[in-house]
Amino acid sequence: MKNNILFFLCLCLAFVGTAQTTGNILIKNGTVLTITNGTLTETDVLIKDGKIKSIGKDLSAGDDTETVDATGLFVMPGIIDAHSHIALDVVNEATSPSTAEVWVGDALDPLDVGIYRALAGGVTISHAMHGSANAIGGQCETIKHRYGTFDPEELRMVGAPRTIKFALGENPMRVHGEGRGILPRTRMGIEQVFRAEFSKGQRYMEAWDTYNKTKGKVTTATAPKYDRRLETMADILRGDIIIHCHSYRADEILMLMNVLKDFGVNRITYQHVNEGFKVAPELAEFGASASVFADWWAYKFEVYYSTAYNAAILTKNGVVTSINSDSGELIRHLYHEAAKTQRYGSLSDEEALSLITINPAKQLGIDKRVGSIEEGKEGDIAIFNAHPLSIYAIPQMTIIDGLVYFDIKKDANDMRVDINPEEAEPMFMMESKAHDHANDACMEGVSEQLHKH
Amino acid sequence: MKYNILYILLFCCLYYQGKAQTAKATSGSFALNNATIVTVTKGTIENGSLLIENGKITAVGKNISIPDGATKIDCSGQSIYPGMIDSGTQLGMAEVNAVSLTVDHNEVGDIKPHMQALTAINPNNVAIPVTRVNGVTTVLSVPTGGLIPGTAALINLVGYTPDQMYAGFKGVAINFPTAGKRSRWDRRSEEDRKKEEEKNLKNLNDIWEQATLYAKIDSASQFNKTLRPEYNPQMEAMLPVMRGKMPVLVEVNQEKGILSAIKWIQKNKINAVLTGVAEGWRVAKEIAASNIPVITGPILSIPTRSSDRYDSRYTNAGILHKAGVKVAIRTDDSENVRNLPFNAGFAAAYGMGKEAALKAVTINPAEIFGVADQLGSLEVGKSANLIVTNGDPFETKTQISHLFINGWQVAIDSRHIQLYNEFLDRSPGLKK
Repeated sequence: MKNNILFFLCLCLAFVGTAQTTGNILIKNGTVLTITNGTLTETDVLIKDGKIKSIGKDLSAGDDTETVDATGLFVMPGIIDAHSHIALDVVNEATSPSTAEVWVGDALDPLDVGIYRALAGGVTISHAMHGSANAIGGQCETIKHRYGTFDPEELRMVGAPRTIKFALGENPMRVHGEGRGILPRTRMGIEQVFRAEFSKGQRYMEAWDTYNKTKGKVTTATAPKYDRRLETMADILRGDIIIHCHSYRADEILMLMNVLKDFGVNRITYQHVNEGFKVAPELAEFGASASVFADWWAYKFEVYYSTAYNAAILTKNGVVTSINSDSGELIRHLYHEAAKTQRYGSLSDEEALSLITINPAKQLGIDKRVGSIEEGKEGDIAIFNAHPLSIYAIPQMTIIDGLVYFDIKKDANDMRVDINPEEAEPMFMMESKAHDHANDACMEGVSEQLHKH
Repeated sequence: MKYNILYILLFCCLYYQGKAQTAKATSGSFALNNATIVTVTKGTIENGSLLIENGKITAVGKNISIPDGATKIDCSGQSIYPGMIDSGTQLGMAEVNAVSLTVDHNEVGDIKPHMQALTAINPNNVAIPVTRVNGVTTVLSVPTGGLIPGTAALINLVGYTPDQMYAGFKGVAINFPTAGKRSRWDRRSEEDRKKEEEKNLKNLNDIWEQATLYAKIDSASQFNKTLRPEYNPQMEAMLPVMRGKMPVLVEVNQEKGILSAIKWIQKNKINAVLTGVAEGWRVAKEIAASNIPVITGPILSIPTRSSDRYDSRYTNAGILHKAGVKVAIRTDDSENVRNLPFNAGFAAAYGMGKEAALKAVTINPAEIFGVADQLGSLEVGKSANLIVTNGDPFETKTQISHLFINGWQVAIDSRHIQLYNEFLDRSPGLKK
């Protein structure tokens, strides 16, 4: 009996060990948009064991290596979405102005058809985020779109830095101030949530540091009470967690930078940040980065004074900027969203493509591993039939760690979990209409609660 | 000296007045020369000229005579296209959709054909200049909510009163009853949804019967005023529909709903247009056989069923077009109607082709709305609604250099552009 259990455990271990598989593939003769090293025509990219092994002309690989003819096609790094809510069972733990202890990584849903749709848009990595109901929301998870697995573990991008969602403005004000009659009801209240939680986190960190120093040396040393919420705040203070903050207005963006300065925290990406253009010099000076919509505006009051030139203004002022989706719809055409910065602000091809590759990689702390086509980086690739910034571009193939996860020529029915249209309930998604985005996807799951109050 | 100061002050006042919204539109005679003219209906003219006089296109061609006094605009290397028409929006009817007091498209009630979109159009809506600088010059603004949301109106995106903007078409919008889920969060059971569908369909049929009778009595009372029916605003608004003078815009998206809507339209002999039609690709043949035109979109939206291929909404317009349906494209948006060219571009890329997609945002809607004598192509006698671009108007990076609506030269200016000009290189920058 014992042996059986041992055998079973070994099996489990073997399974975990092979969970995140990698592949070999040779992409021949494409126009390679490296992002960090210009455009290489008629160039091959060889991926071995999931990593980019070489980039050059007339590369060859063993017979066992799958070869893709990319003649006439455009090869770019897999697209990275720094703000999404796909592959999540639940988005908001809307029960307190701070819920730093919760983690969306506990609620991953590998069967979400949204992952397939994102892959079909060339997106290989997304930042699955907690919602914006709370000033300090939950921790987020950076995932690779390894669609087809039933195991949530396989979605994780192991080794990606920890991140946490913060939120400013109307959403936390509505949920807690208006909805529950507690602080914060105003942008003044929101500042105090951060100051209180960071202060408590600082004391907690100091208490543990003192204990760890005296432990074993002083017999009376006792461990402070463990508190996962404050432990998370301490980890932010230690620089171990990157803040991704839902924000819109210039005043609140400045407020949070002031708070962070007081607590010595500097790793932050502002999300949405529709009025980032107004304080672009301050963002650049602080070293904060920005992850924006290409053109969403006016769906709620705090985005009324927006401009579609936001990404261009931020980029030209030296702020590391990305374009995100925050939507199961937009994530399918981030290449087009990035192209809008050429209509609104005339960014160069390289600047525009950086917004959905190397820049979001920097914001997630994974730019050493992905975000450009460089030898040694992970084999995440998107292949298009035309320049990806063209409106006529159609994604052809999406590769993660050297394995093909989407191929337009073999888009089999079983790419979807439901394949019988009679069994799949037709839905007329309100969220596909931009103007029904009054709540934005960040507020998923809290609108019903709001209506009750 | 005194006068100089006065002039400067006057200039400043005028300047700031101009800044309040956007620069003023100007009218007159304009000759657009050396352009590639994409007429849509009569081919493409290379290196041609287009003349605008009194708000109309008065000449298009290679060797046209330019009258003295016409403002000459050199369009070398540029193309002229008709202004695009968005066949379904809430543009002008909402300032901020999350702030209910600024939302004028969704009146209380279920049966409200008497609610007039044109009444709620705010000519100074901030999204209007934002939209037109992307080449969309005309939109259909449609009320929302309920079984009969109201009467939609076609407007040109220039002018300071709704009447100035009105472009000659109105239609009554109907949300055709279906049992489909409204969204992922629609918690009604299948049974409840079917019951509601039946109830709404019965309601719609009752209204139609009532309106038919009301129209008959109203007609009879033309000769004897004592017979006039008691005033009923809903029924009054339905009169032009019952007399076949005003089309009905039937919003329906689900496969089964589309088929029953077609039957209902045919049974009641209604002059109708199908709108939405997200699952039209499943029943394209049946729609084509009915000869009912379709306004579909947004193209950039997610499939209706989890079983669908990822691109079922991208390919829908092309499949309908190839089946022989007359197709127009809409965004169904309010603040981002400017994405119409991109919706058309995606339809073009996913099977519709550029030519058909261009028609779906120009001449097709003009024909569907019965205003093809005024809009939808670059032809002599039509309203001068056109754009000058440095390339394909669907291509994302294309820039629009000149914009004419109803013959008015409209500045390429909007709040978004003004904020760009102010903040690109902010002053003061970081210094106090």
